[in-house]
Amino acid sequence: MTTKAARPNIGAIRSSFAPWNDPGTKPLVRFDGVTKRFGDQIAVDNVSLDIYEREFFALLGPSGCGKTTLMRMLAGFETPDAGRIMLGGVDLADTPPHKRPVNMMFQSYALFPHLSVAGNIAFGLKMEGLKKVAITDRVNEMLKLVKLEAYAARMPHQLSGGQRQRVALARAIARKPRVLLLDEPLAALDKKLREETQFELTDLQMELGITFLTVTHDQDEAMVLADRIGVMDQGRIVQIGPPTEVYEAPNSRGVAEFLGDINIFEGIVETFNSPVASLKSADGHFKVVDEDCPAGGATVWLAVRPEKMRISPKAPPKGTANVLAGEIWDIGYLGDWTTYIVEIGPNRLIRVAQANASRIVEHPLSWDDKVWVSFDADAGVVLTR
Amino acid sequence: MRRGPSVFNRISIGAGLVFLYAPILLLMIYSFNDSRAVNVWAGFSTRWYTALFRDSQLMGALWITLRIGVVSASIATVLGVMAAVALARGGLFRGRTLFSGMVYAPLVMPEVITGLSLLLLFVAVGLDRGFWTVVMAHATFTLCYVAVVVQARLSTFDTALEEAAQDLGCPPWRAFFAVTLPNIIPAVAAGWVLALILSLDDLVIASFTSGPGSTTLPMRIYSAVRLGVSPEINAVSTLLIGAVAVGIAVYGSVSRRRTAPARA
Repeated sequence: MTTKAARPNIGAIRSSFAPWNDPGTKPLVRFDGVTKRFGDQIAVDNVSLDIYEREFFALLGPSGCGKTTLMRMLAGFETPDAGRIMLGGVDLADTPPHKRPVNMMFQSYALFPHLSVAGNIAFGLKMEGLKKVAITDRVNEMLKLVKLEAYAARMPHQLSGGQRQRVALARAIARKPRVLLLDEPLAALDKKLREETQFELTDLQMELGITFLTVTHDQDEAMVLADRIGVMDQGRIVQIGPPTEVYEAPNSRGVAEFLGDINIFEGIVETFNSPVASLKSADGHFKVVDEDCPAGGATVWLAVRPEKMRISPKAPPKGTANVLAGEIWDIGYLGDWTTYIVEIGPNRLIRVAQANASRIVEHPLSWDDKVWVSFDADAGVVLTR
Repeated sequence: MRRGPSVFNRISIGAGLVFLYAPILLLMIYSFNDSRAVNVWAGFSTRWYTALFRDSQLMGALWITLRIGVVSASIATVLGVMAAVALARGGLFRGRTLFSGMVYAPLVMPEVITGLSLLLLFVAVGLDRGFWTVVMAHATFTLCYVAVVVQARLSTFDTALEEAAQDLGCPPWRAFFAVTLPNIIPAVAAGWVLALILSLDDLVIASFTSGPGSTTLPMRIYSAVRLGVSPEINAVSTLLIGAVAVGIAVYGSVSRRRTAPARA
């Protein structure tokens, strides 16, 4: 069972937090047409992005998409070839890394091996020139925050992976940065620990009120952590939005396919009377509800998530829309979910995911069974690219 | 089932050790010989060691050698660490390949050439040869050994540590002393010991660059041997071997320690 940690009531704050929709809000961080090349390779390609005060923003993309480079430019470890990076309205171009009011949690954690846990956390405070007493107080506060009070005197190599991660976090937030940068913060942890830490991180961020920018290739991580996700591909940001938006309303096939599994049907719009559209594809006719569908004649792609499809051994009544007949090609049982791969035509495989709501199923589906897959008119999204 | 080395391995190791160490062992045994004749055993005695400590010339040479060694090793360590940092952290600066080649060239340069060229340089600039010219010469040729040892350590050193230091408000030069140096100090110490050993050992370069009043121990031994081997020389050589052996043991233990702490 998940244990309930004491925390302020953050539900109300979280659900109404959307400064990006308010044109009057000034962003805390602004990337303005930022480009970075390494040799003849473009790592970051003309990226513009606003991040707001108290926001938890995730840059999500495959490795080599430029997300880490973008973050390192904010920290000051890389210099943009073009464009500007602003923090609180001030251009950071002439500010060296050690003078920027941002701190980073490194992927390798980069704990100083010659310093104890307390020494690591105190490092940044000493650089600020704080008094000894103030440093001790702040270090103790941080140790308590990450629940490592008993480990203050340990050396980094005497800690477990999860403890090191927490020391790295404490060290980075000890200086109260205006933006905390997290480079693949949970990548080195095992699955169970990663899930716990995800929730701890979001609670911590709400509590501290610091703006977080995280970089990850793990879509689950990005969706759990972030208020908004910026999906990156080949140096460009291809979509920015809250997790539900990028997942349920991707703006391209690329984004749709990168975030989770999806079935894509290529077709032509037959008629469109907003919001209802009728599509014709090689797999049959579809009836879809999507306000943003283009007018008749356009080539489009209908994208439907596996969990929004139903699978049944019985044929639905005649005249039901969006039905595909096929045979079960493969079954993946995951405990909580079962994924069925259904062959709906020669070499046409789709995925259907069903929650295993009941322990006992009287007639479980098996390999090569004849099945009918159906979905609602509002289950899919019409993509134009 | 663990199997030890084969008979062939044992013989080859044994033969190799005898070949390398029999002459040295012989020298050490004869340093305890009671007879003045070098090749006749006349019983155990430490009289040559006593004579040695009374020999002001040899003791003076030993003192000079140690001073030259410590001073030149220290200079070489500072310069060698700087060269290593430039090579490992400077990125692809213009002339990097040339610089790295020039740092490492003295490793393979014949000592006679190094010695001769330094001599010509000192003569050309009108520097009187003595203690400091030997120090300079030794610092030059041992610097590259320090650079090699330190650069090897730096190349496995996580650059994120230096970035983390800067990220936490530490200017780059201070980050070197606060984070990099404490973590590479075993390699730096190993480099210093190596430079010291090389300096204590050197005969050729010292012969070219020393002047009156700065005759080193190897030079003194060499010139003494030309007049005939005396048991006193055996004794001083035994002491020198002991000093170098201790140095190598220290070097070995500190350079092994540098890989021991787990990287965090």
